[in-house]
Amino acid sequence: MSTNDAYYIPNKAVWPIIGTGGLMTLFIGFANYLNGNSVGLTIMALGMMIFIVMLTGWFALQANESESGMYNHGVGISYRMGMMWFIFSEIMFFAVFFGTLWYTRNLSVDWLAGIGDGPGRSTAMLWPDFEAVWPTNGPGNVGGEFEEMGAFGLPFINTLLLLTSGVTCTWAHHGLLAKNRDQLIKGLIATVTLGFVFVACQALEYYEAYHEMGLTLGSGVYGSTFFMLTGFHGLHVCVGAIMLSVVLFRSWKGHFTPENHFAFEGAAWYWHFVDVVWLGLFIFVYIL
Amino acid sequence: MSAVTVEDHDHHDHGPAKGLLRWIVTTNHKDIGTLYLLFALLMFFVGGSMALIIRAELFEPGMQFVDPQFFNSMTTMHALVMVFGAVMPAFVGLANWMIPMMIGAPDMALPRMNNMSFWMLVAGVLLLASTLFMEGGAPASGWTLYPPLVLQTGNALPFAIFSVHLLGMSSIMGAINVIATIFNMRAPKMTLMKMPLFVWTWLITGFLLIAIMPVFAGAVTMLLTDRFFDTSFFDAAGGGDPVLYQHIFWFFGHPEVYVMILPTFGVASTIIPIFARKPLFGYASMVYATAAIAFLSFIVWAHHMFLVGMPMAGELYFMYATMLIAIPTGVKIFNWTATMWKGAMTFETPMLFSIAFVVLFTMGGFTGLMMALAPVDFQYHDTYFIVAHFHYTLVPASVFILMAAGYFWLPKWTGNMYDERLAKLHFWLSAISVNILFFPQHFLGLAGMPRRIPDYAVQFADWNMISSIGAFIYGPSQLIFVYIVYKTIKGGTGEKVTGEVWEGAKEQSLEWTLPSPAPYHTFSTPPEEIPTMSTSR
Repeated sequence: MSTNDAYYIPNKAVWPIIGTGGLMTLFIGFANYLNGNSVGLTIMALGMMIFIVMLTGWFALQANESESGMYNHGVGISYRMGMMWFIFSEIMFFAVFFGTLWYTRNLSVDWLAGIGDGPGRSTAMLWPDFEAVWPTNGPGNVGGEFEEMGAFGLPFINTLLLLTSGVTCTWAHHGLLAKNRDQLIKGLIATVTLGFVFVACQALEYYEAYHEMGLTLGSGVYGSTFFMLTGFHGLHVCVGAIMLSVVLFRSWKGHFTPENHFAFEGAAWYWHFVDVVWLGLFIFVYIL
Repeated sequence: MSAVTVEDHDHHDHGPAKGLLRWIVTTNHKDIGTLYLLFALLMFFVGGSMALIIRAELFEPGMQFVDPQFFNSMTTMHALVMVFGAVMPAFVGLANWMIPMMIGAPDMALPRMNNMSFWMLVAGVLLLASTLFMEGGAPASGWTLYPPLVLQTGNALPFAIFSVHLLGMSSIMGAINVIATIFNMRAPKMTLMKMPLFVWTWLITGFLLIAIMPVFAGAVTMLLTDRFFDTSFFDAAGGGDPVLYQHIFWFFGHPEVYVMILPTFGVASTIIPIFARKPLFGYASMVYATAAIAFLSFIVWAHHMFLVGMPMAGELYFMYATMLIAIPTGVKIFNWTATMWKGAMTFETPMLFSIAFVVLFTMGGFTGLMMALAPVDFQYHDTYFIVAHFHYTLVPASVFILMAAGYFWLPKWTGNMYDERLAKLHFWLSAISVNILFFPQHFLGLAGMPRRIPDYAVQFADWNMISSIGAFIYGPSQLIFVYIVYKTIKGGTGEKVTGEVWEGAKEQSLEWTLPSPAPYHTFSTPPEEIPTMSTSR
């Protein structure tokens, strides 16, 4: 039905409204849970289920359409632009938390300790004993004593894991371009595995922080910035790994050609994006 | 861009699906545009009713109708509904309808995502509206949601925050779609500097939206964890700083106000040349001025925070940077005036609203310049002066231009002519009452009346009463618009309009080369000729 010079425009879409319903249910459940309402978790689970059904259905639809040759070059460009701008929005999301870390470490903790000619002049009288050091849990010693997370244990291993996974991902891409299906699948398996090992190491690190170091999300502003930055990054690693798993599954099924493989490219871009965010984290959260 | 469009392989009919389902599953840019516009109109009246509750309470000193907590909920919800439910969706609706037709594209680049971004908007607004009925009431902190005050909200807080997340996702998807459409779907001859200004302003607005909505999402996420997960981002005891929230919020908030005004500029630049029967004056400078305003919007945010206790260097920097914005904005005002200069002008309703926009937006701009001066802002800050300022830039600017756009394109959308006499009545009632409503608020603010309070000292009584009278003329007058729209859809004046509708419009922009009403699918093959009267040739 379709020809190579036609821009494909679907006539109707059922998955968007289902996805929206799922997401809304998920949020309503979560909000109820936060308000201490016991049905919250059940509603959340329901929303999550609807959302997963939507993802499966929508991915399958797109994959089938793509494989039956309905997407021409122009459609591919739209998808690539969509992915690029989506990643840009994600960069801005992480920028907020990096900015928070910068503002806290360089400005507001100093002001709390009475340093500088700005707000520092008045806060010095509030907490005369507070000294500006990093890490800190503030003049209120919020969350109690804690140890700082070092850079060269698990975090360094995690850096190596993610950097390696970036290489294996590119290796898989070369396999795809060279029509070497075996290399494509092996590369993807390695990438996804490294991704999930990273998440496991991160979980181990969190476990140690909570149980041995006294470092929690409630450990003042150090705990807040540490867990929010690394936590949102970990979440994005999971999302990227799930995307790559779908791509891996499709590679197994024989999908993708050297000319037509947007799903692979989009997932790979996303993967490199979470890599780069991690490098930022490793430098600004762990080392400095 | 491809030469031909192909439809869904198992649906050979080119029309929409039957019944109500058509509107739920539609991927057609015109259907989705209609949904956005009607939803925005509905929200305009929901938000407007809240404003009337505020003005009713402020009609006289003393407490009359509502308790202070509910009053504060009203100021908060009025703002959130108007910004995220009315003005932004209305412009997304116009973008959906007009951009593909203006650039000669068959549809938006990502039609399924287009559908999702509309329904996420509805979901977000539903969550927001649900907070009105919750224990502890709707958020009452003002639309800025500053901590620590907002953290005292009752059960509504997580719902309001997730509503912001949904609205943000909706906006980001809509913006991505607009950008992909403009970059990828233009007709072969439609080069960037031949695009109508409405398309240009939306391209830049799309970029702003993608850059700022995640920032707002991050800020409210930190509010959520501060309240429910023991974090200390905005708590000084734990080493955080509530002022940090204000910095993040206004890094979002300042570009956000340009999200509402840049497409306004675009529509005005489209309407004025047609009724002045002249090319737009200074097309290229309009494009560059829009880009300059967008760039500056990212580096001026702390002018909303002159009283928060910033170091002196910060006060000075943000003061001077803010005043720079007057330059590209002045270029625009100059160009609109120069477009009208010696034009063979006629004054149909879209033109009347546009001229009122140029005059009244200039006034709103000047009061903005006054408040850009840090030492002066110390007096005006959080008074009715700021309320008057931003309502002048939003109501007789954005909302007037939305009305103008409605009258301007309704004949193209429906194939019928609206009732010009009623429309003129709508215009004059709006233009006069909007000034009765907002102009006295300048005096109230200069005299020291603070914003967001349900009661006030008796010396403010006279101007408040006049302002409220203006509000109760302005609000109901807008019902005339609803009646006119309804009547136009149902056949209008009975006069069938041509494809061109307005004299000479064909030489200004592509949509006028199509029949009226515009067919369900347009530009399945790209247009051969591009009108270049108002763009660079």
